[in-house]
Amino acid sequence: MSIPLSWYLVLSAALFSIGLFGVLARKNAVAILLGIELMLNAVNINLVAFWRYGSTASLAGQVFAIIVFAVAAAEVAVGLALIISVYRRRTTVIADELDLLKW
Amino acid sequence: MATESIIWLLPLPPLLAFFVIILFTNKGKALSHSIAVGAAALSWLGSMVVFVRTLAVENFGKEVFQSSINWLPTGDKWLKIGVLIDPLSAITIFFVAWTVLMIFIYSIGYHNYGQPNGDHDRKGLPPHGATLIDEHGHQQTVPSIEPMYARFFAFIGLFAFGMYTLVVSDNLLTMFVGWEIMGLCSYLLIGFWFGKPSARNAAVKAFMTTRIGDVFMLLGISFIYSATGSLSFRDILNEHTLSVLASTTTPILGLSAAGLMGLLLFIGTVGKSAQWPLHVWLPDAMEGPTPVSAMIHAATMVSAGVYAVIRMFPLITAGFDGHNLTTTMSVIAFIGAFTALFAATIAVAQNDIKRVLAYSTISQLGFMIAALGVGAYVAAVFHLVTHAFFKALLFLGSGSVIHGMEHGVLHTGDHSVDPQDMFNMGGLRKKMPITFWTFLIGGFALSGFPILTAGFWSKDEILADAFGNGHMVVFITLAVAAFLTAFYTMRQITLTFLGEPRTKPAEHAQETHWTMTLPLVILAVFAIGFGWVGIPEKFPVLGGLIPNWFHEFVGGTLAERPEVLVFNMVPLMTSLVVALGGLLVGWLVYRNVKSAVEDKLQINVLKNKYYFDEIYDFLFVKPSYWFAETFAYKFIDQTIIDGFINRIGGVAQSLGTGFRKYFDAPVVNGFGDMVGESAKKIGKKLSPIIQRGRIQYYMVASLTVAIIVAILYYFILT
Amino acid sequence: MTPDQFIFLLCAALIIASAIMVVTSKNLVHSALWLVATLFGVAILYALLQAAFLALVQVVVYIGAIAILFIFAVMLTRRELRDKGPQLNQNWGLSAVMAVFTFGGLFYILSSWSGFSAKAVEIPVGTDPLRMLGYALVSPDAYVLPFEVASILLLAALVGAVYIATASKK
Repeated sequence: MSIPLSWYLVLSAALFSIGLFGVLARKNAVAILLGIELMLNAVNINLVAFWRYGSTASLAGQVFAIIVFAVAAAEVAVGLALIISVYRRRTTVIADELDLLKW
Repeated sequence: MATESIIWLLPLPPLLAFFVIILFTNKGKALSHSIAVGAAALSWLGSMVVFVRTLAVENFGKEVFQSSINWLPTGDKWLKIGVLIDPLSAITIFFVAWTVLMIFIYSIGYHNYGQPNGDHDRKGLPPHGATLIDEHGHQQTVPSIEPMYARFFAFIGLFAFGMYTLVVSDNLLTMFVGWEIMGLCSYLLIGFWFGKPSARNAAVKAFMTTRIGDVFMLLGISFIYSATGSLSFRDILNEHTLSVLASTTTPILGLSAAGLMGLLLFIGTVGKSAQWPLHVWLPDAMEGPTPVSAMIHAATMVSAGVYAVIRMFPLITAGFDGHNLTTTMSVIAFIGAFTALFAATIAVAQNDIKRVLAYSTISQLGFMIAALGVGAYVAAVFHLVTHAFFKALLFLGSGSVIHGMEHGVLHTGDHSVDPQDMFNMGGLRKKMPITFWTFLIGGFALSGFPILTAGFWSKDEILADAFGNGHMVVFITLAVAAFLTAFYTMRQITLTFLGEPRTKPAEHAQETHWTMTLPLVILAVFAIGFGWVGIPEKFPVLGGLIPNWFHEFVGGTLAERPEVLVFNMVPLMTSLVVALGGLLVGWLVYRNVKSAVEDKLQINVLKNKYYFDEIYDFLFVKPSYWFAETFAYKFIDQTIIDGFINRIGGVAQSLGTGFRKYFDAPVVNGFGDMVGESAKKIGKKLSPIIQRGRIQYYMVASLTVAIIVAILYYFILT
Repeated sequence: MTPDQFIFLLCAALIIASAIMVVTSKNLVHSALWLVATLFGVAILYALLQAAFLALVQVVVYIGAIAILFIFAVMLTRRELRDKGPQLNQNWGLSAVMAVFTFGGLFYILSSWSGFSAKAVEIPVGTDPLRMLGYALVSPDAYVLPFEVASILLLAALVGAVYIATASKK
């Protein structure tokens, strides 16, 4: 109860940035998905923190966080399926080598 | 029906006839002439009703039939137009109605109604005859019907409208309108046979010459309007206005305002009534068909000129004390007397039957004008009326003669004979009796044959007035002119009707159709009888038997009835001597003359009308042509104005071309092309760099830009 | 320093360290395992925020399902999913800078917000957050619609993933 809201927000910001770095800088496609997971978690922290430090009677924060869980799960499943499918075609999972959409 | 309403309606039937014929019945010959004659008859009937009613009015002259309407709003007043029948216009409408109707009926026969269409007739040329082949195979050429038959009736209908309008109007404006309509119709009718160059030229000449007069008349009308604020006769011609105008002087020639106005209006009459120096158009106007000559030169148009002067007589004589002529009156008297003598001298040397009558008209109008110039009001009106009757009679008679001659020409096939040349005629009294007797009556009336003819009474009254008021020069000039008149008239009758036929066509001439001879007879009745309504009281023996109705009636038009002249034997004797003497001399000289060679009076100066046409051509016509053609057209219009405009166009064009070549194409287009090309090049260069297909690359790039924008937004804009 | 704050700081350190290891580990399996650690730290955070249910769901769903899915996928396709060698692509410098800028920007914006340093309020006694959450998830005037839609989303993802990943029958 003595933890200021700012700590949570800074933490989630930091986690988000790290996840962002992972998405932008990693070669492997699976690693990119890991970065995305980090970013989603940061968002979740933010949501729940605002629920707790706002009006606890309105449960929008928690519900939203639950929805995010569901979305994250779905996204990981589909993402991995896509990666496997792409690997079957191009025999690579390096993001840089998937450049068919160039000019 | 109220008399004023009838008066308003008098000009209408001929106008409607004009429109109906032009618009609808142009192809139908019988229908057209029926409409035209019916319209003339309607107007005649209306005129007679009005005239009879005026006779019933006590003190007509003070009481008049008058009706006017507000027409043009001018500030806080109205310009009124309307109709007026006072004694002068009553007597005028009388003779106008009769002569117009006679001419309309005459035209039916003149243009050969009922004859077949000609072989080679074309619109615009006089008809040349049709060949008929009868059962035995005999070929005969007969006169053919005029191709533009209906058009003629439409035009004379319009002409009649113009004259009626002029006579019934009560103000200068509608009078001028009627005046101009008649000017237009004279142009149309003189140039009726427009295929002949001589006719076209004559029409233009007539229009131009009368136009000169009309300009001055319009100036006079404007002057009157600006001085008095009204154009209505009643307003201008009353005592008060006239005394004001007579006492105002103008800077021109020291004339009073009234004198100047009168002079300007008189110049209009000089043009319209063919007085010297604007007389040149009238002889050439003989190019038109003969009914036109009768209409224009006897019954209506030239009479309109004299009518205008008579109408404005109070204005012209403002300041006249009874003996000393004002400047304007002197000018008028001079021109009238001079023209009378001048034209009479030319007439004795003419060979064309119509030309003689043309110059005779000019001369007789001179008589009337001179009479007005010396203040003989009633005499001038009297001569106007009688002249209309006998001159119309003479013209229609000459047309009948020409028809008879043409019949002879077609019959014999000898087309070298001019049917209008008197020296080709002769002996026609046997072949065309009605024409002969009526022409004789008309000719005697013109000469002033005593007692029996109307011309005597009117001409005698003019001479008596001139003598009685002491204007000797005028008197002597007119007396000489009267002698010459009788002389050339008898010359004309002798050469045409008396003696033996001089050519084959003359032998085969025959009398004309009743539609032509009936009007001759009716007009002859007037030519004889009309004089008897104006016998002076003091005339020996006959005077006093019949009251001088004419003097009483017409004299009532003026504010003060003119006094009856003291009778003097001198003018009476003079007119007897000149008339009978002229007739006798003419008969004696010409009964033995067989051809033009023997005619001693074929003096070149007279034949060529004192070379006035040539003088005018040199002085006025040729310079005008030069000015118009060379100076105005070729020099100013084509060289200067057109050259200037073309130059501007050329400059604009070269500017445009240069602009296009040096600026638009390289700079503007080049710029556009360059932008496109460089965009392409940049795109080509950047594509391998930017569009790699690598997602992470895209993400980094977009994130970078987003952060930069956010920094800009937060730090710089807020 | 209160005990809460101490626990928080420990937790935060765990999360950040694990996250850094996730994104920098050369071995993909290691990355996945470090992800598990991060997720666990987040669960503790939820507990600290008195969202007990969420803490449990985090552990069960995220760690138990998603992270396990990752590990399965990586392990079962280890030969195909080559996981050796340098794992950072050529843009990693710029990406790092951008990440730092992102963090800095977020921090800056948040710090100028008035409620940044708000303290937590007491949860009123007698309210049962779990029961309320349950009601919220299924009540028609609360969030039943997103809840149901999320279910459908999961179904779609399931079907999609199966279809995409199925090898085409030769």
